[in-house]
Order: sequence, then structure tokens, then C-alpha cells
Amino acid sequence: MTVSAVQRSPSDAAAGSSRGIRRRRPAGGRKSVAGQRSRVSYFFVSGYVLLAVAFGVFPTLYAVFIAFLDGDGRFSGLGNFAQVVGDFRFWPAVQHVGAFLLAWLVGLLALVTLLALLVHSLGRRWLSSSIRFVYYIPGALAGASSVVLWLFVLNPTVSPVSAVLHAFGFETFVQTVSPGNLPVVFAVIAFWTGAGGWIVVMYGALNSIPDEVLEAARMDGAGAVRTALHIQLPMLRKWISYMAVMSLASGAQLFVEPRVLSQASHAVVPADWSLNQLAYLYAFKQQDLNGSAAIAVILLVVSLALSTFFVIRGGLFERD
Amino acid sequence: MSTPQTRERSTRIPKRSVAALTVLSASMLAITACTPGASTAEEADSEYGFATVEQKSDAPITVWVDASRQPAADAFVAANPDVPVNIETYDGGADGSGSFQTKVQAFDQAGSGWPDVVFSTQNNDAAWASQGSDPFAAPLNKGYFEQSFLDGFTEGALAPLTVDDTVYGLRNDLAPTVTWYDQSLMDEFGYSVPTTWEEYQELGEKVAAEHPGYIVGGVGDAFAEEIYFWGAKAPVNTVVDANTFSSDTSDPYAKNMAAIIDDLLDAGVLAQESVFSPEFVQKYTGKVLMLPGPVWYSGALFSNPDSLNAKPGTIAAGLPLAWEGEEPAAGNVGGGTWFISQHSANLDAAKKFLEFVTSDERYQVDLAPGLPAHKAAADKWLAKQAEGGFFTGDFTENVSAASAQIWDGWGYPRFSQEAVWAKTVTPKLAAGESLVDLLPEWQKAIENEAQVNGYTIK
Repeated sequence: MTVSAVQRSPSDAAAGSSRGIRRRRPAGGRKSVAGQRSRVSYFFVSGYVLLAVAFGVFPTLYAVFIAFLDGDGRFSGLGNFAQVVGDFRFWPAVQHVGAFLLAWLVGLLALVTLLALLVHSLGRRWLSSSIRFVYYIPGALAGASSVVLWLFVLNPTVSPVSAVLHAFGFETFVQTVSPGNLPVVFAVIAFWTGAGGWIVVMYGALNSIPDEVLEAARMDGAGAVRTALHIQLPMLRKWISYMAVMSLASGAQLFVEPRVLSQASHAVVPADWSLNQLAYLYAFKQQDLNGSAAIAVILLVVSLALSTFFVIRGGLFERD
Repeated sequence: MSTPQTRERSTRIPKRSVAALTVLSASMLAITACTPGASTAEEADSEYGFATVEQKSDAPITVWVDASRQPAADAFVAANPDVPVNIETYDGGADGSGSFQTKVQAFDQAGSGWPDVVFSTQNNDAAWASQGSDPFAAPLNKGYFEQSFLDGFTEGALAPLTVDDTVYGLRNDLAPTVTWYDQSLMDEFGYSVPTTWEEYQELGEKVAAEHPGYIVGGVGDAFAEEIYFWGAKAPVNTVVDANTFSSDTSDPYAKNMAAIIDDLLDAGVLAQESVFSPEFVQKYTGKVLMLPGPVWYSGALFSNPDSLNAKPGTIAAGLPLAWEGEEPAAGNVGGGTWFISQHSANLDAAKKFLEFVTSDERYQVDLAPGLPAHKAAADKWLAKQAEGGFFTGDFTENVSAASAQIWDGWGYPRFSQEAVWAKTVTPKLAAGESLVDLLPEWQKAIENEAQVNGYTIK
């Protein structure tokens, strides 16, 4: 669920930002107008800020707070962290999520960029816009419902693509969702639901590359491939790292997909597959909210560190 | 992008963040201040033996059932239109999903929202629902239910729900394993029905050679270990005391059973699909020569038009299999359980509901797919099956006998054996690994699960 929610917003942002700048410039002259606007803009962002504080910032701080307490509310230092890291389910879950992120991020970055370049290079306007629309459709399904659809796709007995599954040697559903396949299975599901939104974003980003630059490249004799490699890709760098940061954040929180698959596979997919599932079990099966908070804080720290890497490498906060 | 707006923003940041921090710390204080002491002490009610909330005779009761038990709730509503009931369906905790427990604990955190009555497919739920500072399950034999009603259950039926002589729930049905077989196929192939595990193995090998494609059992479900290892008296799920647990898969009973399963899997006569999966129905309709499994296979598989849909008069339930020279022992797969919440505001209606769904003919005899746990209803259910003539052989005698043969060495810990088996063993069997080789790994997984649930391993 997080996947689609996160990815829908940047497409709006992408559309808004380029237009917004153009509109703002001519109005910059009179101070009072600008002041009025900034007041109005506070009003507009206030809704987001209030919700972000209530459901994002505050729970985060609260989690950090209770992660250092024991069940009776006494300070326990790193006790909870030591306990969850020592849990026999912790490292397998880390491996699972790590393998999933690797498969998904690499696939997402490479394929989305490639598909966006291809769609952008299409000459016919109607064709390119209808393809973008088709890419986007799966993103309209919420996480849980898309998994339900995939339950059928992954079952060799009823799958519309059973030939593909048989080609990989999968004769039963249990074989398809065997532990070794799960990271890739979840990556494929996430790609299917999430990639369309990103293709639209990338397409918008490609549109923002000035025509003069592309024309100059053409005049210098660059073909489509060289233009893509030497002009478009470098200019997309920020967008690609933006996609990486957002996808990393949502991917590390993988929960709905393995949970639904666990119930549907009669528990063959374990209920403690991902880190977030483990945090859920800590909170609501073992009644250990402090341990659960410790897992959340670990996730937060790791995600922040990786995001910082992408932000710095991608030059996300550099000014043009 | 360096516009007037950005500069303006950068100068304002400190002020805003100070304000935000103030708000945050204030709200943190508010929250931390109100967490302790939030639970108000209720007076222990001497009448029922637990602290009741204020009762309202017209308060609607919320009932959680799984899809299979929806008819029970519907039958109650039809019979008692004056009692307001909200029926909600959930997965029933099937395959050890733990959804009953996790949902209730979320309500515990919230301090409200509990359902009044819950059906669970897992008969180890009393192990957690009776524990804690504010346990969920209401004690039933401390003044709430009449002892005469509780005495009406088949002997031992309430054992999984009894903790320290207190009964925390009622059993919906009994689920001993029996040896299901197809009499018409046995006659056609000229086989006699095995009574021991050794004969069972021999027959499986013979079927593989003479009639490939037919099956003598299945290990594709999360509860396969409750059919084969519980029935084989394997000590892999031993609850020593409230906080001590032991599991020994190197025991000869466990090893021999694993070897039989390996052998029959190699021969291709055990289904690896879940009996509830479309593959199973597609591949094995008409091909089930034998299928050791719980009594409720009767309504769930054999006489179910959406499942195996066997011809009347072909399927029989044999006694549980025994080790050569020993008494037969039955395993047990669930047998649903009903709980009432201590937080219910209409305990009278909840009691009426439980009495109806566990003992009233209009559900337990007319509609129930499995053997009722309530003795009087069970007798009528068995008589009805005999009268219907769907099952052949000594159905009534064998099912009754099996329900008295459940091996009592298999415990009811605070975690689900089904979930452990499903994630540790099922995918590896599907990948062709040997169960004998998997036994140490299975034991380790069980012990790990026991430890995180607070048990000391012996």
C-alpha cells in the first residue's frame, strides 16, 4: 500500500514544480502580493504539516523514546536492540528485505529509465500517452488487492501465464513461492504496481530537458542511443536518485504483500518474513512494544543512512 | 531556484522548528502522562469469577467467525431474532496465522473494541487468552455457565481449553484423525484396508507400482504434522509445565514416521498440495484411495460438491492407524473453539450464543460439517450420518472410538505448530528434500518459536 501512495505523489509534484516556477516569476515584483501568497501557502501546507506531525513525526519520536525503555517504563539502554538483534528471526528477515530491495531497486531503476526513454522517443503522441496510461493502471490497485490478483498469476494451476511458470520448473504454488524465489516474487509484484507511476514521472522529467540541448546533440550527429546515454541520462540523475530514495523507503517497510501471501499460502510464506512483519509480531503477538519500536528505529536508521547516500550521490539537494 | 521565497524560508526555519518541537514535546508529555494508571481497576465479580463490565441487556454482541462457521452464527440469528448480533468474519486463525491474538492485543492497547464472542480454529488459544494481567477469555466454570451444561461435553473435549481447572472456552467440534479410505477403490484393486502404519507403508508402495496416480495421503497442509506425528505419538510438542517445553524429533516414533513419509513421497502416493487448493481437487478427485485426516474431512472434502464430491456409499472412516503391536492413537486437527470476552457488556446474550452454537441441533446436527463436541449433539450427528448413508463401513463406531483415542502427549503451547511446520518443512518437501534429514531443522525451529514465546527448553 505504501508503494502506490508514495509514488503517486511525486508525479503530481513533478507536474506542479515546473509549471509553478514559470508562473511565479512574473509576479515577483510587488512585495505585498508576495507576502499574501506566502501566507496562503502556509495555509495550503498546514494540512500536510499537521498530518505529517500527527502520523509521521510524532510516532517516530515516540518510537525512538520507547525503544530505550523496558516493559515497565524504565530506561534500559540498548537492551531492546540487543534482544531483537539476537532474535532468531531478525537476521533472516534482514536478508529477505535486503535481497528484495536489491532485486527491486536495480530492476526498477534500470527498467523504468529504459521504458521512459523508449516511450519518450515515440513519435506518435497518442501512442505514447496511451502507453503511459496503460503503465499507470496497475498503480491504481492498492497493495493488498494487487497481491490477491498475483495469487492467481503465481499459481501454475490457474495462472494465465502458467507456461512461463512451467518453463521455470514450477509445478505447484508452493514451489513458486519457495523461500529462494520470494524476494524476486515480491520485486515483480512491487514493480508491477509501482513502476507505472515512476514511468510517468520520468517522462515528465525527460520533457523538462530543453529542446535546444537535444537539437544540438542531433546536429552533432548523436543518435537516439548516444543522446540517451550522454544527454538524457546525466540530466535525469536527480530524478533517478529521487526514485531510489522514495522506493527504498517504501520497500524497506514491506509488509502487506508478504502478510497476504502468508495467509494465502497457508503459512508456507512465513508470517515473520520481513522486518516490519517481525515488528508487528513483537507488538501484537508478544506484547513487546519496546522491542517492536527498536526494530522500527533500526529500520529508520538504516533507511536514513542509505537515503543520505543516494541524496548525496544523486545531488538531490544541489541547486541548478 | 534561488528565489525570494527560498531565502525567506531559510530565515524562518529556526522559529518554526522551535514551535514544532514545543508542540511535540508537549504532546509527548501528555501521552506519557496518561499511559500509566489508564486502566481502572474493576471489582472482581464473585458471581461469575471475573471482573465484569457494566451489563446492558440490549447491547449488541459482536461475533467473530471464520467463513465455515458463518452458518452457525446465521442459525443463531434465525433462532433468536430478538438478540442483536453483529457477525464479522475473519480467517479464524487458520494455519496458525495468529490473527485472533494480534487483533485482541491491538484492542488491549486501545483499551476498547473487543469482540464479545470469537471462534478460533486453533485449540491452543486458551494458552494465551487465559493469561496476562487482563486476560481476554472469560472463565466459564466459575459461576457463568451451569456445570451441568459443561458436563454435557464429550470427555476430554474441553481439556485444551482448561488451564488450572478453569475452563476458558467451549469446543465446537472434535477433530480426531481417522483413516479415510475409498471402499469402492479398495474392492476394485483387491486391497484390504491397513490398520497399522507398517501396513499403510506397504500398501502405498503397492499402489505406486500397480496404480500410479492414486494417493494414500497428503502432506501439503500446515496441519500435516498433527495427522502424522501426533497420530504416531511423536514427542515433538510436549508442554512440560506452564513455562517449560520440549521437542524431540530424534525419538524413534518421529524418525520412523518421517521415514514412512519420505518413502511414500518418493513413491508419489502422497499429495503435496493443500487439500483446500484447486490443484488438489483437480488432480485427485476420484483418485483418493486413502487419506488419513481429521473427522471434519467428511463435510469439508468428501461430501462437499466444491471439493472431492465423492459418490455416496464409497467413502469410509477407518480407525486411526497404530504402530505394529500397539494400541491405535489418533492425532487431532483443530476442532474449533469458542471464546467469550471478559469485556463483553452483554454476557447473557454471549452465553445464549455459545450454548446455541455448541449444542443446539439447528446448527450442530443440521448444518455442522464435523463431529460436535457436545455429547448429545454428537450422538444425533452420528445417527444422522448413519441414516443419510453417505459414508459406508462402521462410520459411527470408528469415529466415536477415534475421539477417545487422541494421544495426550501432544500439548497446547502458546504458539502454533502449524505455522512452524508450514514455513520450515512444507517448502523443502516440495523441493524434494528428505523429511528424515529435515527433522533436526524442524526441531530447532520449534524450539526457537517456543523460546520467543517465553518457554524454557528442556
